[in-house]
Amino acid sequence: MNKRIDINRVKDIAFKYFGICCTLFGLIMLAVFLLSVLKEGLPRLNWQFFSSFPSRKPEEAGILICLLGTIWIMVLTAFIAVPLGVASGIYLEEYGKKSKFASFIEINITNLAGVPSIIYGLLALEIFVRILGLGKSLLAGSLTLSLLILPIIIVATREAVKAVPGSIRDASYALGATKWETVWFQILPASSGGIITGVILAISRAIGETAPLIVIGAMLYITTVPTSPMDDFSVLPIQIFNWLSRPQKGFIINATAAIIVLLAITFIMNGIAIHLRNRWQRKVKW
Amino acid sequence: MLCAAVSILTTLGILWVLISESSMFFARVPLSEFLFDTQWTPLFADKHFGILPLVTGTLLTSFIAVFVALPIGLSIAIYLNEYAPRSFRKTIKPILEILAAIPTVVYGYFALMVITPALQNIFPDMAGFNALSPGIVMGIMIIPMISSLSEDALYAVPKSLREASYGMGATRLQTSFKVLVPAASSGIIVSIILAISRAVGETMIVAIAAGQQPRLTFNPFVPVETITTYIVQVSLGDVVQGSLEYQTIFAAGVALFLLTFLLNNISYFIKKKFQEKYE
Repeated sequence: MNKRIDINRVKDIAFKYFGICCTLFGLIMLAVFLLSVLKEGLPRLNWQFFSSFPSRKPEEAGILICLLGTIWIMVLTAFIAVPLGVASGIYLEEYGKKSKFASFIEINITNLAGVPSIIYGLLALEIFVRILGLGKSLLAGSLTLSLLILPIIIVATREAVKAVPGSIRDASYALGATKWETVWFQILPASSGGIITGVILAISRAIGETAPLIVIGAMLYITTVPTSPMDDFSVLPIQIFNWLSRPQKGFIINATAAIIVLLAITFIMNGIAIHLRNRWQRKVKW
Repeated sequence: MLCAAVSILTTLGILWVLISESSMFFARVPLSEFLFDTQWTPLFADKHFGILPLVTGTLLTSFIAVFVALPIGLSIAIYLNEYAPRSFRKTIKPILEILAAIPTVVYGYFALMVITPALQNIFPDMAGFNALSPGIVMGIMIIPMISSLSEDALYAVPKSLREASYGMGATRLQTSFKVLVPAASSGIIVSIILAISRAVGETMIVAIAAGQQPRLTFNPFVPVETITTYIVQVSLGDVVQGSLEYQTIFAAGVALFLLTFLLNNISYFIKKKFQEKYE
C-alpha cells in the first residue's frame, strides 16, 4: 500500500517537472525565434533600409513604401472599423439586449470570428475590388481588414461595457438623462480603457495580416509612395513574403530585417494594450 | 445603432460571393469530379479538379499542428492551474500569449529558415518544402490558444470537486487527470476544435514553407499544398477574372469555409450544451 502511494507521489512530482518543461518549451521557442531573427537581420537595419524603394538588388532594396503602406492601412482601418465596432458592441449590450435580432447577430459574430482570413480576401476581391470598382487600392485593403477585425472590436467593447456596474446606469437615469446621454457621458468614458485595449489588439492583428491582402491583389512591387486612399499599395508582411520567396541570400536577410520592424510594431502595440489593461483593471473600483 | 447589421451583411456577402462564383464553377465542373478526383491541376493543360489532394494537405498540416500543440498546451494548462505558484502563472500567461500575437508571415519564416534546416539534420532525405515543419510551427502558434482556453475551463471547475479529491488523499496529478480534466472536458474539447479550425484556415505558414504541389499523400516529408495555399498561389499569378481558374479559388474557398464553419459550430454546440453542468 505504501509503495503505491510512493509511486503516485513520484508521478506527481514527475508531472510537475514535465509541466515546467512544457511551459519552458513555449518560452524557449519564442526566444530561439527572436534570437535567430535578431542575429540575421539586425546588421541590415540602417537608414538606407528604411528610406529606400524596392529594388532588384537586395543591398539597395528598402521598406519605405511598404512601411508607409502599413501606416496608411493602420490609420484607415482604425477609422473604418473602430466606430462601427464600438457602435455595434454598445448597441448589442445596451439597446438590443435579449431581442431575437440581437441573439441572431451574436451567433453571427461568433461565426465570423472563426472564418479564416483568406475567405475575407475572397469576399473583398469580389465586392470591393470588382463590384465597387475600388481596384487594388489602400481603401479596398483597409475595408477588408476592417471586416476582419470587426468581431474582435465588438467582443472587446461588449466585455468592457458589461463591466460597467448597473448602479452607474441607474444613477444617470435617476438624474433624468436619456439613454443616449447615459451611454455617451457615463458608459463610454467608464468603459473606454477596455475598449481601447481591444482596439489596439485588433489593429495590431490587422497589420500582421497578409493572406487577404494577397488575395485582393496588393502589389508585390510598386515604386511610388502612396499618397491617397485610392493608390496601389504594399504592406510589410507582403514584402516579407515576397522576399522570402526569392532564392538570393540577400533578400532573405532583407526579409529578416523587415520581420524585426514588423515584430517591433506588433510588440509595442501589444505592450501598450497590456499596460492599459492592467492600469484599467487597477483603477476600476466601484 | 444599426451598425451591428454590418456583421450580418458581411456574412451574407461571404455566402453570396462564395455561392455565386462557385456555382459558375460547378456549372462547368461536375461535383463528383470535384469531390472524388484524386488530382488537382487546374493551372496545367491537362486539367483535373479533384479537391482531395488539397484537403489531405490541409488535414495533414493541421493534424501535425494539433499533435504538437495538444499535449504541450494541455500540460501547460494543468501545470499552471494546479502546480504553479500564482505569481508565476500571472507572469507566464501574457508571455505565452505573445506567441499568438506574432504575425503568421513571421512564423512562415521560422518554419522555412529555422525548423526545416533543423529537421533536415535529423531526416536527411526530407524535402526543403514539406508538411512537417509548417505543421510543427503551426502547433507552436496554437499552443497559447489551447493552454489558455483549457486553463480557463479547468479554473471554472467548482472548488468543492477539487477539495473532495484532495480530501480523499489524491495527489495533484490524480486530481488533475481523474477529476478536473473530465469535469472540464467540454471546455477543453472546445479549445481543441477552435485550434484545429485556426490551423485549417492558416495561410501564410503553409504558403511559405509547405510548397505548392498538390498531392494525395499523408507523407509529412514531401511538399504538399493546402486549400489556403492554392488560393494564394492563384492570387499571385495573373489569372483572368471570370475564367475557370479564377472560379476555382472560390470553389476551394467554399470547401475551406464549410470545413471551418462545421468545426466552429460543433464547438459552439458543445459549449452551449455542457456549459452549466456543475452549477
